[in-house]
Amino acid sequence: MINLRDKGAELWEGWNRPKRVAFAFIVVFGVLLLPYAGNFSFTNILNTPISSYQAILVYPVGMYILMALGLNIVVGKSGLLDLGYVAFFAIGAYTAAIFGTKTHLNIWEILPIGMGFAMLAGVLLGLPTLRLRGDYLAIVTMGFGEIVRIAILNTNSVGGPNGIPGVPNPPPIFGQSFDLADPAHFFWIVVAMILLVIWMVRRLSVRRPGRAWEAIRQDEDVAILMGVPTLRYKIWSFSIGAAIGGAAGVIFASQQMLVAPQTFTFNVSVLILSCVVFGGMGNIWGVILGATILSYFPERIRFISSARQLVFGLALIITMNLRPDGLLPRKKREHLSQEERDEAKSAKAALKLAKKTNREAVN
Amino acid sequence: MNFSVVGSQFFPLLINGLALGFIYVLISVGYTMVYGVLRLINFANSEVFMLGTFATVIISRTVFKFDINSKPSHGMKLILVLLCCLLASMATSGIVAVLVELIAYRRLRAKGTNRLGSLISAIGTSIVLSEGVRLLSHSLPVSNPRVLSKFYLFTIHGVGLRIDQFLVIVAGALFFFAVDRFVKVTRIGKAIRAVSMSEENSRLMGINLNRVISITFLVGGLVTGAAAFLYETVYETTVFNVGFNLGIAAFTAAVLGGIGNLRGAFYGGLTLGLAEEFFSAVLGTQWKEITVFVVLVLVLLVRPNGLFGEAIQQSRV
Repeated sequence: MINLRDKGAELWEGWNRPKRVAFAFIVVFGVLLLPYAGNFSFTNILNTPISSYQAILVYPVGMYILMALGLNIVVGKSGLLDLGYVAFFAIGAYTAAIFGTKTHLNIWEILPIGMGFAMLAGVLLGLPTLRLRGDYLAIVTMGFGEIVRIAILNTNSVGGPNGIPGVPNPPPIFGQSFDLADPAHFFWIVVAMILLVIWMVRRLSVRRPGRAWEAIRQDEDVAILMGVPTLRYKIWSFSIGAAIGGAAGVIFASQQMLVAPQTFTFNVSVLILSCVVFGGMGNIWGVILGATILSYFPERIRFISSARQLVFGLALIITMNLRPDGLLPRKKREHLSQEERDEAKSAKAALKLAKKTNREAVN
Repeated sequence: MNFSVVGSQFFPLLINGLALGFIYVLISVGYTMVYGVLRLINFANSEVFMLGTFATVIISRTVFKFDINSKPSHGMKLILVLLCCLLASMATSGIVAVLVELIAYRRLRAKGTNRLGSLISAIGTSIVLSEGVRLLSHSLPVSNPRVLSKFYLFTIHGVGLRIDQFLVIVAGALFFFAVDRFVKVTRIGKAIRAVSMSEENSRLMGINLNRVISITFLVGGLVTGAAAFLYETVYETTVFNVGFNLGIAAFTAAVLGGIGNLRGAFYGGLTLGLAEEFFSAVLGTQWKEITVFVVLVLVLLVRPNGLFGEAIQQSRV
């Protein structure tokens, strides 16, 4: 199997800072132009038969990437299996709907409130359950997801099964207005949030929390013995993941202008988890790739509308059988010590030098 | 909130709860056995159950020509029909369970991957099976014609024991007893227990791992098929996603009792069945699904390894 991740990482490490910045700018710029990519005749294939391509970029594609990145912190980085991630998405969306329709706060002001509520829910759920291990955690989080959905469904003051209509769109920034007719602006907001999350995850990964999560993921008992306050870092991981889910929920509610309980089923949790595992747990780029494919692909094959879930399931089975660690798996650095890596690096450099001198000698 | 109902309806609720509980027991045996050997939640088990219910319906409809208007049968024919449905349901579920293992787990296990990879391929299998049946059944619920006329065996003070509930309770107990003996006494059962203790050591002892795992799936599938048949006898309807809620509840029951532990599945299933009936009588049926999880969270807070817990190895994702 070709290892795209290693190739990419090698290339990236070979570059100096200006080169990296330039590359990042080009990529971001390209991504920002994506809403207009369907406008040409040769890219017409991007347009999906039923919903418009631009709308799909926001939901599901952008939203799923955002949520998958959030869940990746919980599942990929710290190794906690969370099957109820949709609960935080729902909490964010309902916060936006309730505050947006009952108060005069605008969406930008509600965003931190929604993240706060989701985070609070994460901490409250995490405090008792993160002491549990493995599959008990999975089943309790799954239960939490269902409890949130059914509680919303049975509570008439939040609309019950009808949900809450009329969630306001965000007020304009930089003269750009937001409404359903123009999803491109929402897409840029989502991209900005995704970039923020990527930056945060990359920073956290190389600092104390990231190293604590890695230790917990690899072996929790050893982590405890080495003095890592595991419960505290697990709760951090859980609540940061929850906050990202909540943020996605707020933006989702204000873009769709309607929240209803049937959006927040267990299937969404499963799908987001699939994005993480399918793309490659613990690796941001893998997760983004996985989320893009798994959210776009079912929309693309809407023309076989009735069988599209079937094809989706088949695709999951086949891909997992071919690439069990996901499309772009994380670097398996646990097998190499620092010296071994240095050695490998210098060996590689020596090989490169030898090739170069060889070439020069030939010339 | 209506607490008086618990007093006035105590025995009917108890009987309903036991009947539901035994169905949970049998389904959760499927989960707990697979979990015991693979340390994996078999997400496709709910579809194994669903296909069992469809097998029951198809046999009674096509082979024995029952339909909604036909009269319940009796005598030897009744026994024959019930037995055929039971066998068909068990066979279907057993075969599907073995196939699920072949498709979703075996290759991934051979590659020695992380556990979540198998989880996702099991989810994929589950989606394929339920969507396939959804397309074939046009998303419509299918009713099971009444084969067994539902009379009361006896009534005391207006509280009766219906024949189908009696059947579920007796058959459920028998099947559970049979599986329990199978795992405890037979040679293959011993191999299953060995694998669930340590995969590596049991392989060193010369146990054919793939064969044992296949047999575990087969036994789990057979019992789940029996549960599907009993479910059809009591509730008489099925739909492509019938397994979803029942599967979640049954897995919860397995966790409640301490997953990987057969006796745990028994007590967990009964506890959950009773809790669900009583709580939904008090709170209203719309909260029925929540009670499953509330009970679970409360139990795990007090006893983190389940009611009759068994220490479970730490999971690594």
